[in-house]
Amino acid sequence: MTSLGVTPSTIGRRLAWTVSDTLAITWRNLLTLVRLPQLLVFSTIEPVIFVLLFRYVFGGAITVPGVAYVDYLMPGIFVQTVAFGAVNTGVGLAEDLRKGLIERFRSLPMARSAVLAGRTLADLTRDAFVIALMCAVGFAVDFRVHTSAWAFLGAIGLLLLFAFAMTWVFALIGMWTRNAESAGAASFPIMAVLVFASSSFVPTAGMPDWLRAYADHQPVSAAADAARALVLGGPTAGKVLTSVAWSAGIIAVFSPLAVWRYQRSA
Amino acid sequence: MQSPPADGKAISVEGLGKRFGKVVALDGISFEVAAGAVLGLLGPNGAGKTTTVRILTTILRPDQGRATVLGIDVARNSQAVRERIGLAGQYAAVDENLTGRENLRLIGRLTHQSGSVVKKRAGELIERFGLAAAADRVARTYSGGMRRRLDLAAALIHKPPVLFLDEPTTGLDPASRSELWEVIAELVADGTTLLVTTHYLEEADRLANRIIVIDGGKIIAEGTAAELKSRIGGVVVEVALADQAQAARASAALGAVGTCSLTPGGKTVEIKVSDGTRTLVNVVRILDQERLEPISLAMRESTLDDVFLTLTGHKAASNKAEPAPGGRRRSRWGEG
Repeated sequence: MTSLGVTPSTIGRRLAWTVSDTLAITWRNLLTLVRLPQLLVFSTIEPVIFVLLFRYVFGGAITVPGVAYVDYLMPGIFVQTVAFGAVNTGVGLAEDLRKGLIERFRSLPMARSAVLAGRTLADLTRDAFVIALMCAVGFAVDFRVHTSAWAFLGAIGLLLLFAFAMTWVFALIGMWTRNAESAGAASFPIMAVLVFASSSFVPTAGMPDWLRAYADHQPVSAAADAARALVLGGPTAGKVLTSVAWSAGIIAVFSPLAVWRYQRSA
Repeated sequence: MQSPPADGKAISVEGLGKRFGKVVALDGISFEVAAGAVLGLLGPNGAGKTTTVRILTTILRPDQGRATVLGIDVARNSQAVRERIGLAGQYAAVDENLTGRENLRLIGRLTHQSGSVVKKRAGELIERFGLAAAADRVARTYSGGMRRRLDLAAALIHKPPVLFLDEPTTGLDPASRSELWEVIAELVADGTTLLVTTHYLEEADRLANRIIVIDGGKIIAEGTAAELKSRIGGVVVEVALADQAQAARASAALGAVGTCSLTPGGKTVEIKVSDGTRTLVNVVRILDQERLEPISLAMRESTLDDVFLTLTGHKAASNKAEPAPGGRRRSRWGEG
């Protein structure tokens, strides 16, 4: 008569429930985006401003050998957009924690990874939407793909994988800081170090050696360089592999940490 | 419904201990709740009420001791426990951006029931909790009382045989509070085992068959509401007099009707009794015989402060480990 006696007897059932729980949470988070469209609007206004700022204000003073600056810039803007967007993952989870929602979820027979996976998947969907919008903005300010449509789609896929990795980093930060303000505040220094000290906006060649050593070997630069290679051409495979390895590594480290933290929250 | 274990205990707690760093939140408490019974856990903030609920609902793991729900160990088999319990925590845990109906469907789905069962059950709960008119509005627009009712409905979506309510009416106005009490009383009549925590003696009295008073992570009193009231006085009669000398005389004379104590100013006598009206008549008679004329004579319900002053010698709000200086009102029970 009720489902109370039902216990997942096989790994298959358990997996099916994990998927179903994750989708339920994803649905809930996407519904929030529909109900609060301002969240989406604000997360697009900022990158649009960055595009206009770099394209028309700083762009004139930045010369990148062999390529129009706007073509250099746009892959970097995509990376910056998804990295900044990931902050919302942490802020949203910290809000859920503060409002007691996580406590309720933890008392339910649902999969332990579902709350975080549902959040990161919903944020990935949001990122896909924002990237599509940014592409439109990019094309409007003369951004051109020099390779093929397939390579361009590959670049989008690579960016989404990177976006997914970043949401897990900030999921952990959100579960750790426990309130939205701290989660936001804790994220900014990380963003500054990752996004600005990278090849997102300018080539690292102009940076002092000590900074360049770091900027050339960090995940944001890896993603920007790989996306850039995919849309501009030139040596590509090594850069793509490096970025994919970074993203996979980040997910492998941060998702179990975030789930571990989730189980000790509340 | 899940049948309770053979011993008829829905909840069993043995020597439960939990510390957070240096703070001892629970200091070895033990109690049992029979299937279908209602236990009220009464205590001030920081007493260990929420920690107890969190351990029983598998959110926290105990450092010491053992707890079972329907015979299932909460630490070792938490998944099975979660399938059988409902929790409405201290904050109405509803998603404000979802409608009432969507909130219920979300929780229903997460309890692994089929879509059609969840849909039907959500509809029933919306009707039962008087949320029909607001069911398709986002919860952000709900009043505090409506949020609490939605929160409670969410805890019931999978018909759990054991329900935990952590301070269900904190922050509600008196009207919403008695509304919620009615709903809870109906649930209990259906045979749900309930553990409810509260700061309010009145609430514990209204909802629970049995009350456990906890303070500093320890059980300090236990019994039915009537037993506790007769021990600590359910009603306080206050007799204010013109000066300390008169108050002292009154206190001596009124010892016959109940446990008397003087307030810090020394001009008011407080008498803790279980039957206020009859006591009041006796008080008036005695005062008249003694030719004492009170400035005012009042009767009020015991507050949690009265309970704690009587049981522990300190005010509930301060929640210190030591008794108040001088231990003015300690070990008064049994007198009068």
